[in-house]
Amino acid sequence: MKKKRERRIVPAGVPTARRSTAGIAAIGLAAALSACSSEAKGGDARGDGISPRRAADMIQAVLAADREVYTKEIVQRLTIQQKVQIAAPGGGSTPLEAREDWRSEHGKLPLPAQVFRMGAEKVLSTGSDFSYLLLSPWPVNPQNRPRTDVERGGLEQASKTGQPHYASEELDGKRYFVAIYPDRAVAEACVECHNKHPDSPRRDFKLGDVMGGVVIRFRAD
Amino acid sequence: MRRAVLTTAWILVTGGVTAFLVTSLAGTRRTLFLPGRTSSGHHQIEGSCELCHDVGGTGVSQKACMRCHERELADADDSHPLSKFLDPRNASFLSAIDGRRCVSCHVEHRPSITGEMGVSQPIGFCVACHADVGIERPSHQGLPFSGCADAGCHNYHDNRALAESFVADNLHQPDLGAHPAVPAIDRDARYGALGSRPLNRRQQDAPAGVVVSDMVLAEWEKTEHAAAGVNCTACHGGGATSRPWNDRPGIDGCSECHAGEATGFLGGKHGMRAAAELGPMRPELARLPMRRDVRDRELGCTSCHGAHAFDRRHAAVEACLECHDDRHSLAYFDSPHYDTWKLEQTRADPEGSGVSCATCHMPRVRRMDSARPGVVVEHNQNAALRPIETMVRPVCMSCHGLGYSLAAMAERDLARRNFRRGPQAPSEAERMVRDKAAKRAPPSKEVGR
Repeated sequence: MKKKRERRIVPAGVPTARRSTAGIAAIGLAAALSACSSEAKGGDARGDGISPRRAADMIQAVLAADREVYTKEIVQRLTIQQKVQIAAPGGGSTPLEAREDWRSEHGKLPLPAQVFRMGAEKVLSTGSDFSYLLLSPWPVNPQNRPRTDVERGGLEQASKTGQPHYASEELDGKRYFVAIYPDRAVAEACVECHNKHPDSPRRDFKLGDVMGGVVIRFRAD
Repeated sequence: MRRAVLTTAWILVTGGVTAFLVTSLAGTRRTLFLPGRTSSGHHQIEGSCELCHDVGGTGVSQKACMRCHERELADADDSHPLSKFLDPRNASFLSAIDGRRCVSCHVEHRPSITGEMGVSQPIGFCVACHADVGIERPSHQGLPFSGCADAGCHNYHDNRALAESFVADNLHQPDLGAHPAVPAIDRDARYGALGSRPLNRRQQDAPAGVVVSDMVLAEWEKTEHAAAGVNCTACHGGGATSRPWNDRPGIDGCSECHAGEATGFLGGKHGMRAAAELGPMRPELARLPMRRDVRDRELGCTSCHGAHAFDRRHAAVEACLECHDDRHSLAYFDSPHYDTWKLEQTRADPEGSGVSCATCHMPRVRRMDSARPGVVVEHNQNAALRPIETMVRPVCMSCHGLGYSLAAMAERDLARRNFRRGPQAPSEAERMVRDKAAKRAPPSKEVGR
């Protein structure tokens, strides 16, 4: 099947508009990492901008890799496999855990989804027009449900096909490019937490299931 | 002739008024230009317009707010951070309330619309963004938006004691723990680097020519300073130090070792004038009732701790009541908390079990984010009051269960009477969390018996 030719535009902020320092940094990093392969394909690395899809794909690659590394190499390894104990403030020891209320407790790790969200909030705080977030039709926190038609449709599509979904939408008079990627349970810790959490609306997740989606959004006008 | 007289009079009057206004603006009568009564949070610094307002304009920059409030918002794990309002999905809400700027909810100089915590939005403003909360959370269906904060369930910024998971995890606690006490201060962790060679009066190192009275030496000799080897020149300078001797070293002298305590002091109402370089706070400038005989006392470290005795027990109760003369403060002596304090002073109960003014208003908090982590005293006496539920985790829960503490805070009159009695009913937050847990719980094995 002939692949539909994608319209190539320079997404707002990449790299000329300077809308997002963090966005540019993430895209720049991903672009640098993938320069060899894209040049080999005769692709986008000719200095004339990259397509929104490609930019979003690269950002998603970085986000997914970082989250998987944190989940498997830090949370799962230290808390589930090694069952690390740390010194408690009043004496004795306490197990190292990843917990929702990690910030106000001694020696706790943030959940992988919280690390992801903290990064997203840092990017937003720079005043960027680039944002990313984790949504799910079965969120532990109801505020992480899809809210726009594009988010709802994209999540459904991505979860059905297991493939990314691309679209554009207008929010408050501004046009955005939106990419939605299926988000799978990559570690036992994801499944265990979501299946046990009292606020989780779905508790039959298995390793590898699509649990939601990563939504990447940037200005397209 | 008459015209010349009138012209001269006009020039003189106009010139006089202009000169008066200009000198007022440049001098100490700047309050003449206030457009309205300043809120209780800012009235101490109202004479320093440029602290908040852009020079040459009347606007208030967000940076000005964050200069003083950034740290406490970070400490509070702010539930409505800037990033929430920069998310394009939330852009449509900004036309109702622009949450990117503090002044959208905290308009200053408008007493007629300003309530507790300096909030100038009408009660129930949460509806602007959370109109569909009943759909997201069925437990909230039909609840009035006026109750979000008033029922003691939610705060806009600080929800550390009210997070649902935290409430659910801690509802099993008894009203009063088996061994109620606040944690001990980690002196070694904080000040261990100073060494611990005890000194006596014969070893004092004031430079020649400085007269040190016997009373001063006697007070100092009994202090933890002397016990830890802190000599006269460590605070006053001179001798082998790089600073010249100073009879009154002030906050700068103390902050050589007590930087965290000084930062806290300068961040609260005791020190915010000094922080703004408006001179020290004096009781006569306060809006709370203060004793008249100390109205011109200048507040600094030694106004509570004493210049050489540094008696923490005195600083924890008597020092407060030397100035504070309001209903809450005076009711302390009729409270069960005061009974525990008396027992601790007679050594009948262990250290940390007595509840003083400082126990609640200058709580011992665990700081993990500094080079010397440990339990320290928070010297910003407003930090645990913004809002009142902020006190629950670091203070009340040292002795009381969470449910009891939240109920006590929700019953506002209890604070005014200094908790002379306990709360009468569970808080709304506790009730809702219990209801939700009951609906979720599997059927009891007892059923059907």
